[in-house]
Amino acid sequence: MRIFVKCDFTKACTKVIEDTLSEFNFKYKMLGFGEIELLQTVASDTLKAFDATLNSYGIEIIENQKVILVQKLKDAIIDMVFNEDQNINVKSSVYLAEKLGHSYGYLSNLFSEVTYTSIENFIILQKIEYTKSLIAKTELSLTEIAFKLNYSSVAHLSTQFKNTTGITPTAFQRIIAKRRALANNPQ
Amino acid sequence: MQENFTHVVLADDDEDDRLFFTEAFDELKIKTKVETYKDGVDLMHWLIQTDVLIPNILFLDLNMPKKSGLECLKEIKKLDKFKNMAIAIYSTSSSEEDIENTFVNGANIYIKKPNDFKTLIKVLSDVVTINWQYHTNGLNRDNFLLRL
Repeated sequence: MRIFVKCDFTKACTKVIEDTLSEFNFKYKMLGFGEIELLQTVASDTLKAFDATLNSYGIEIIENQKVILVQKLKDAIIDMVFNEDQNINVKSSVYLAEKLGHSYGYLSNLFSEVTYTSIENFIILQKIEYTKSLIAKTELSLTEIAFKLNYSSVAHLSTQFKNTTGITPTAFQRIIAKRRALANNPQ
Repeated sequence: MQENFTHVVLADDDEDDRLFFTEAFDELKIKTKVETYKDGVDLMHWLIQTDVLIPNILFLDLNMPKKSGLECLKEIKKLDKFKNMAIAIYSTSSSEEDIENTFVNGANIYIKKPNDFKTLIKVLSDVVTINWQYHTNGLNRDNFLLRL
């Protein structure tokens, strides 16, 4: 038997962090966006042990202010792409600048400096990731996916998919299907 | 607390290709640590040691004496500890059948070896940048397919 699960990563991570915080008896306040306020002073070696515990879940404490802002940006972008329910009628540059309270020029420079890629590319990457997961996990057609992700046409999505990954959505679908078949019947 | 370099390994029997590969990485903005092996047997011998530092990206030439890139790929895919390592096929072949077959067997990236050094730098830079996105943003590696 084989089942598929859908995960809410934000919820899962928050739960892990909260449990770990309680385990360490920290007084804290969750501020959202991966920001936590510790309502007490914590010795640096305790903090190190806390970080080490989180590391086993792939979570880590980030220190650099720039890195933090970039992380907020990434979270905002991922939220924007994956939550298609919220209707964002403005351009993504305006949306991000407003949401984070910095000019888009500043955010854009900072993002490129820290991540070696541009915000625009990151948005495209996330949209294509979302498309891939929809192709792999749902029965939606590419036309339906294009509509869901606000592409003007299915051709536009197809082209962007091919430009980003080097393969066509159809080839992607075929490869994933063959991989599954191979996993079910190893040679 | 964040690793600040990408660890890449190449297995290729052609000495010139290994040299170009290493030199191309010296030209990139992203910090990398590059190691090379001369064939599949040599690579697998090193890779299956217990205390090995698992590379972020492994580049495999397809046609190598003793053990081919595809054989290495199949062996590695059976081992759970390498599930977070991206595997790139680095080959002169551009046959659609080869490409699809390596993807189906679990490769993440397929690179047709470029003919000039400048393109090589560009291609390797793209690979490392995109892999970095997967590495730092927790993207689903099962869906990581890239052809250059």
